[in-house]
Amino acid sequence: MQLYLPIADLPINVFLILAMGAAVGFVSGMFGIGGGFLLTPLLIFIGIAPAVAVASVSTHIAASSLSGALSYWRKRSIDPALALVLLGGSVVGTVLGVWLFTLLRAHGQLDLVIALSYVVLLTGVGSAMCYEGLRAIRRARRGGNATLRRPGAHTWIHGLPLKMRFKRSKIYLSVIPVNLIGLLIGFLGAIMGVGGSFILIPILIYVLRIPTSTVIGTSMALTLVTMVIATILHAVTNHQVDAVLALILMIGGVTGAQFGAQAGHRIRSEHLRLLLGLLILAVGVRFAVELGIKPDEIYTIRASGGGA
Amino acid sequence: MSRPRRIAAVLLAVAVCSAFGFAPAQAEKLIVSISNHRVTVTSSYSGEELVLFGSVERDASTPTRHGGYDMVVTVSGPRTDMVTRRKERKFGIWVNADSRQFLNVPAYLAVSSNRPIDAIAPADVRRRQQLGIDNVLLTQRVGTDYADVVASDPFRRAFVRLRSEHGLYRESPSGVTFLTPTLFRAGIALPAEVPTGTYDVNIKLFADGAMVGDTQTAFEIVKVGFEQFIATAAHQHGLAYGLATALMALMTGWVASIVFRRD
Repeated sequence: MQLYLPIADLPINVFLILAMGAAVGFVSGMFGIGGGFLLTPLLIFIGIAPAVAVASVSTHIAASSLSGALSYWRKRSIDPALALVLLGGSVVGTVLGVWLFTLLRAHGQLDLVIALSYVVLLTGVGSAMCYEGLRAIRRARRGGNATLRRPGAHTWIHGLPLKMRFKRSKIYLSVIPVNLIGLLIGFLGAIMGVGGSFILIPILIYVLRIPTSTVIGTSMALTLVTMVIATILHAVTNHQVDAVLALILMIGGVTGAQFGAQAGHRIRSEHLRLLLGLLILAVGVRFAVELGIKPDEIYTIRASGGGA
Repeated sequence: MSRPRRIAAVLLAVAVCSAFGFAPAQAEKLIVSISNHRVTVTSSYSGEELVLFGSVERDASTPTRHGGYDMVVTVSGPRTDMVTRRKERKFGIWVNADSRQFLNVPAYLAVSSNRPIDAIAPADVRRRQQLGIDNVLLTQRVGTDYADVVASDPFRRAFVRLRSEHGLYRESPSGVTFLTPTLFRAGIALPAEVPTGTYDVNIKLFADGAMVGDTQTAFEIVKVGFEQFIATAAHQHGLAYGLATALMALMTGWVASIVFRRD
């Protein structure tokens, strides 16, 4: 069934978009991530302009992270204080990101920056996760206990001033690094059209040493707010949010996420992390290869506004 | 050259000119009509084919055209500025390097004729009348200069090629059919990605390599109903549109969490 998208200005197959939403939703439900880093490239691949894809995926992630966040909220695994402090930085980051997005779009370098950010972040995070996952699996084989959190192991981050007690996470931490991390995630999210959970979750666990029980829920709550803000900002500045595209994506996405979550419960967590690492790495490598090899078409056309 | 011989030469030139259709000008009149003057883009829109019908009206003073008529129909869509960028290898990766801005160029351009344009008119006429995509004016901004460049310019060629790949620029040497020597029909194919706006249709009639008549008509492509509502809202009321879209996302997420609630 063909449907004409009013903002992307092209007809698409509804079932294709639904299937893409469902597939990415499945993955995101399984790993507890937003899935923007998979969905945005997929949309660009089927011919939707990068600007429209990035903006509309923000809307889609807002929907999927709300349904996730609500269920974590009921399980009391969201730390509201931590989410709020992260959010403080993230709002500033999102505003900066959307501003840079607009600037780059005007200079024709948006595609390059999106591609480069994907390469650097995805290969980096992906390799780190693969390495960590493999180590965890080897440890489990040897019969040892995987300890993600060593309570005594403090780094210099834990010595920073302006400390605050995050009750639900049972941690006493300076607000400075939390704010900065929020800023980074908001900034990347706005530019890349990703929620940023796949970067945020490892940082919270390994750098800030926040217990895993509250990390995923809190990260979803943060993603929810940043993506709502990103949607509104993209709509105001770039007029590139396609509500019809976003709606089809989110219907597929929230459905797929349920099945993904069920599948995720059946897989052991270190295997899950290795799988996610491989997936992230694969997307990153794909972008790297694309930048490195000579493209079939070295010319591109973009409307530059104006005219009669 | 003596005076009588010069006069004879001028007379001969006039005779030749009238025989080949330079004068009397506009002897033929063209009557045309398009099958649809208002193409509406709805949710099910996936391209459309318009038909242009017309006839060549002659009167008693019209000279006979032994070679028959030729016709070139040029459809040009709404004008807009576009940038063509070329990727180059820098530090091992392919990045956008050089670029040219095309100013006020048609977003859609279709040239149909009853036979190859090269066979219809000589090069100078083709250039003057902008017949065929190679001869249509595509103004570029090169630094501070504004100019059209030769058809072989790499940026211009890439621009035309990329537009053609999307069906937005097209040349059809058999797009016009003469049903009788004076009755003609031309197809106008509009792809799904066609931009909305006003489309000008230029119809030019040729006989023996010279233009003997022309006329213009137009049609418009508009988004209607829901599509128009969304597009207008997004561009003119960005904040309200953004808030509404965000609200829609939150509603969907909330409904999903209720529908799929397991605990």
